[in-house]
Amino acid sequence: MLDGLFDLSRWQVTLGSMDTFWQGFLVTLQVVVAGLALSLALGTVLGVFSTTRSRVLRAVSRVYVEFYQNTPLPVQVIFMYMAGPQILQAVTGAASPVRIAPFVLGFVGVGLYHAAYVSEVIRTGIESVPRGQMEAALSQGFTRVQAYRYIILPQTFKVILPPLCNQALNLVKNTSVLALVAGGDLMYRSNSFVGSYGYLQGYIMACALYFVICFPLAMLVQYLERRAKLRPRAKAIPGIAPDAAEEA
Amino acid sequence: MADTMIEIRGLNKYFGDLHVLKDIDLTVRRGEKVVIIGPSGSGKSTLIRCMDYLEEPTTGEVVIDGTPLTRKNHLEMARKYSSMVFQQFNLYPNMTVLKNLTLAPVKLQKKSKDEAVKTAMAALERVGLAQKAGEYPQNLSGGQQQRVAIARAMCTKQPIILFDEPTSALDPEMIQEVLDVMIELAQDNITMICVTHEMNFAKQVADRVLFMDDGQILEEGTPEHFFTNPQNPRCKDFLNKILH
Repeated sequence: MLDGLFDLSRWQVTLGSMDTFWQGFLVTLQVVVAGLALSLALGTVLGVFSTTRSRVLRAVSRVYVEFYQNTPLPVQVIFMYMAGPQILQAVTGAASPVRIAPFVLGFVGVGLYHAAYVSEVIRTGIESVPRGQMEAALSQGFTRVQAYRYIILPQTFKVILPPLCNQALNLVKNTSVLALVAGGDLMYRSNSFVGSYGYLQGYIMACALYFVICFPLAMLVQYLERRAKLRPRAKAIPGIAPDAAEEA
Repeated sequence: MADTMIEIRGLNKYFGDLHVLKDIDLTVRRGEKVVIIGPSGSGKSTLIRCMDYLEEPTTGEVVIDGTPLTRKNHLEMARKYSSMVFQQFNLYPNMTVLKNLTLAPVKLQKKSKDEAVKTAMAALERVGLAQKAGEYPQNLSGGQQQRVAIARAMCTKQPIILFDEPTSALDPEMIQEVLDVMIELAQDNITMICVTHEMNFAKQVADRVLFMDDGQILEEGTPEHFFTNPQNPRCKDFLNKILH
């Protein structure tokens, strides 16, 4: 069996079918971008909810996070795949079950799932900002929403960027769940390649292509972690002499 | 009364079962400089925070320039009337000194950026830190950070500045530079309420000193009164501890 891995002709066939892999790669990338956007937007909202004074909002966020973190992603996606069309039919009153495009299923699936994790990242980021920051903002007359927008959230960026990139990386890998519902993504195409030829090279190719997306992200995480530890350098402001003279 | 800036009537504050402020009545004139002293846990910080509605009174009310503070109007009132200088400075660490000073004027008071920068630079000049405009707060010493915080409070041009133990988090050698700035600021016609243990500061600027303990104002008078002739035994005891 393993002899086949070193069989040159099998590699030739695999490399000859790159079109298939690239198509899958493209679908995966699209799902990643849309899924990331959804998870960031929803996750930020849920993360802010979990730090507000409103019990209802905190409860909404908590229940969401616990549900999505404690159930497997494949189960969620397959459920949406099977039940989604009928639910949509009931909601929209259509004559027949409403078909959900695999792309939508994919990005909504990973988006909702990772929103739970993003929410936790945002929450810990906000909690790392000292209480005094909100008090200073309120004492200047900022509303809580303005305080979050101008003062609190920007301060969390440094702390949350590395774990957020980590989430992005996990999201990329988790898009492979789409193969379970014939999503046309990279994993699905590799699977069908291997299925029709019986060449394991297909999976190696899939690994290589996932790696191409994930490895730079992992490097980015490391870079951001290093950068977060640096002290900020003074900005030059026109008309103000830099500090050197005074310090000397 | 037209020249009353802050009027506190029957103010009570509970934290759970803890009765922190007990029936406080206090009137502060426009432009008056009031220093509040007292042992820790006496309620003085809570009192000053109630004036900015950072703490919500349990009962009673705080009236600023004739308008009672409520949950609804307190942000608008804060914008118009008061800013707070904190023990921990609470500068925004992700912004330069200049941005710290211009944020509220630009976003809240709708000043143009140029105008806000001009005001900010004047304020920084006044606290002796114009050179540090482009610096980030964490690269400044504690004393410098607190001077920036005072400049930030000046920039919004409110008639009241509240100081909540502004020198308590500072190394001893930095206390004076902050007090100097506050003393200089006291020449303006702003109303200053200051919680502090710096009796020399009180002597130089205060029109009135309040001694608080156990959630009540136990004694009040001029700074001289407190140096020469305090009456309340707890007040005497406290002054002995901080002056010697």
